[in-house]
Amino acid sequence: MSTHAENKNAVRTYSIVLGALLTLTAVTVAAAGVNFGSAFINVVIALAIASAKASLVALYFMHLRHDRPMSAVIFVTGLAMLAIFLMFCFLDTLSREQVQPGLTAQAPARAVSISAIILSAS
Amino acid sequence: MTAASYLTEQRGLRSWLFTLDHKRIGVMYLWSTLLAFFLGGVLAMLIRLELLTPTRTLMDADTYNKVFTLHGAVMIFLFIIPSIPAALGNFVLPLLLGARDVAFPRLNLASYYLYVLGALMALASMITGGIDTGWTFYTPYSTSTGGAVNLVTLAVFVLGFSSIFTGVNFIATTHKLRAPGMSWFRMPLFVWGMYATAIIQILATPVLGITVLLLFLERVFGVGIFDPKLGGDPVLFQHFFWFYSHPAVYIMILPGMAIISEVIPVFSRRPIFGYRAIAFSSVAIAGVSFLVWGHHMFVSGQSVLASALFSFLTFLVAIPSAVKVFNWVATMYKGSIWLQAPMIYAIMFLLLFAIGGLTGLFLGSLATDVHLHDTYFVVAHFHYVMMGGVFIAFLAGLHYWWPKMFGRMYSERWSRIAAALVFVGFNTTFLAQFVMGSRGMPRRYYNYLPEFQPLHVVSTVGSWILALGLVITAGYLLASLRKRPDAPPNPWGGMTLEWQTSSPPPTHNFETVPVVDHGPYDFPPLEAEEELAGRRA
Amino acid sequence: MSGSHTVVEHGAQEPFLQHHFHDLGQQAEASKIGMWLFLVTEILLFGGLFVGYGIMRMLHSQAFHEGHLHLDRSLGAINTVVLLVSSFTMAMAVHSARTGNRERLILLLAATLAFAGVFLGVKYVEYSHKFHDGLLPGRFYRHAGDSVPGVAVFFSFYFVMTGLHGLHVLAGMVAISWLLRRAVRGDFSATYYAPVDLTGLYWHLVDMIWIYLFPLLYLIS
Repeated sequence: MSTHAENKNAVRTYSIVLGALLTLTAVTVAAAGVNFGSAFINVVIALAIASAKASLVALYFMHLRHDRPMSAVIFVTGLAMLAIFLMFCFLDTLSREQVQPGLTAQAPARAVSISAIILSAS
Repeated sequence: MTAASYLTEQRGLRSWLFTLDHKRIGVMYLWSTLLAFFLGGVLAMLIRLELLTPTRTLMDADTYNKVFTLHGAVMIFLFIIPSIPAALGNFVLPLLLGARDVAFPRLNLASYYLYVLGALMALASMITGGIDTGWTFYTPYSTSTGGAVNLVTLAVFVLGFSSIFTGVNFIATTHKLRAPGMSWFRMPLFVWGMYATAIIQILATPVLGITVLLLFLERVFGVGIFDPKLGGDPVLFQHFFWFYSHPAVYIMILPGMAIISEVIPVFSRRPIFGYRAIAFSSVAIAGVSFLVWGHHMFVSGQSVLASALFSFLTFLVAIPSAVKVFNWVATMYKGSIWLQAPMIYAIMFLLLFAIGGLTGLFLGSLATDVHLHDTYFVVAHFHYVMMGGVFIAFLAGLHYWWPKMFGRMYSERWSRIAAALVFVGFNTTFLAQFVMGSRGMPRRYYNYLPEFQPLHVVSTVGSWILALGLVITAGYLLASLRKRPDAPPNPWGGMTLEWQTSSPPPTHNFETVPVVDHGPYDFPPLEAEEELAGRRA
Repeated sequence: MSGSHTVVEHGAQEPFLQHHFHDLGQQAEASKIGMWLFLVTEILLFGGLFVGYGIMRMLHSQAFHEGHLHLDRSLGAINTVVLLVSSFTMAMAVHSARTGNRERLILLLAATLAFAGVFLGVKYVEYSHKFHDGLLPGRFYRHAGDSVPGVAVFFSFYFVMTGLHGLHVLAGMVAISWLLRRAVRGDFSATYYAPVDLTGLYWHLVDMIWIYLFPLLYLIS
């Protein structure tokens, strides 16, 4: 059973978290209007703010901060797998341009057999 | 005198269709997946018949494409992936843990009904045009071809959820429903194997879900992610597809290995060698399995850098598997070997899995893969690991737990005849395929150069021997069901908890909640168990 | 634990305790693990879409930039705020359940449901604008005047990602309605409120997915 003090604590915590989330939303909308140099940096900043918001939701609304560690382990493992999927796909798509001259990031990628590349290079 | 059991305590169709008992759900899964195996097997026989001659034998090229596509899809999605976890695992896992059921019995039943729904959808595709894309559905062919691709992609989506629900259940059950005294390192290794499998089911299957969903949407709405004409990338489809489908092969093999880890100690009457190594290897395989999917795409247009990285990681994933093989063999060393059917199949597994696993290394090396990709070498490799590995392990588990599930012992004599036929038939069928693949025979080809015919004939004859062995197996197993129940609670002398209850068990599994005070492979000396020693002699 | 004990039939005392669990605490913990595992599958499901979006964006950066200019940022921001507030009311609802406050629980569940409805309403408005302008997914794309090819791909992603998300919002609304019914019936108490807790977790995940969708689709240029 929770005490009255714990109750007020929970309400206070959730309200503060909501305030932070709304503030960060305003920040991210404002930041979108500013050019930080390259498109890449803009993306990184936007994703960083989104991740801060997601962390607040996960830690406080979803109680990860106070629950048993197993829930957090499960959640983080899922994120890690997604990161691996993302990284390898990007690695492949990006490194194709370097290895196969003539195919740029703007043109659709064509499926070319590696033996053809080896033959054409020799 | 026949005691009441989960089979008899409630009767009637409704008591089965609405059951929440994990044992009944396991049995329903068993019959369903075996039916799927039978269908997949018939399709395989048709393929082998067609390939007896270099040109048309009994069907045209379009039909041939549909037959091998369906063979792959049925075997993979309707048999191999669900069979050990959902049929044997559902039955045995709670018993091994000393639990009364899985954590979420209703989810378990839902998983079964999703399986049935997905299966019916996939089978309906046979009469609504069929699919000829290969089980891998590569784009852009799969986005533009006619046939029942839409129906099959939705079927796969549904089947994916069936698999996910099983995985969720097993993890929660392992965490929360272990009997008092059963610490993580006193769990039977079968549980570790199923736990590792469940991790993969949960992490990988959703990506299959989104892949088939995107394929469906591409066909229906022309979304454009995979079609070069619309600005898409067909290799991206392959990344999506193999991100699931490579870990999927570990969803297949880990449960098989889990069975071997149970059978070998009992039939060698020795504790497993390196319990923790095997337990951790299972989880390691689950983890590393997510890092190697690009080895299916070496000649698809994937960058050389990514290919090299995937190749290196592929070599890594072989290590935990090898650790397990060494440990199983070491367990047998100086053991008291009892060659009953489960053990015969377990030893067969060791040989066939070793061949299958080692040939995977040829395919994982970039330079050799260029020559072997899309040849019969690949077909032989995966049949050695999936059939010689997973299916043989499934047979080992089926024979091991058959008395527990149905309360009957089968004919040992007929099981040996069948095992011999299966072994000879299997190797005849697939060794020939390694040879023809390395000589250039492409896979999925309807016509072939006449020089390959002798090896194709050998392979087809092998398939007949294999089929005979399997028909005999079905025969003696079904015959055993017509006997009166004659199985003792513990026919094999096992030390895991399922043998502490009757064969078959009562609906609530255990009369009293077991308390665990020893490891799963702590066998007392054989001399102290006269009755068992007598049977083993 | 010494000795074994006979299995207790506890259907009579605890109406919501399932027979294979000792007590409600064990049942709640098991369900929580189950729900987190399910949430991970949702992360990977949507994650696949994010990966596809990322790659296509990289290959067609100009087309994606042009596409996103057609999106209404204010409506997107409103929806973000609406979902965040709904997450707050959901978290408060779980808290009410945990403290046994039935009236507040009902009120907060209803509020969450209302906000979810607003979200879908705004999406309906947005989709109508898009259909009107011919900005439709895939082969139905009818918009003229694009300066680069490939804007259709952006809208394919827009509709698939927000559409799938919208379906999840709808499913969440169904679940919350069912909770509301159970709450009115008086099923929940300080000792049994797991369904509220678990539905809350699902709802927060739906919110989290939108937290990433909003900047990626509406804001980045």
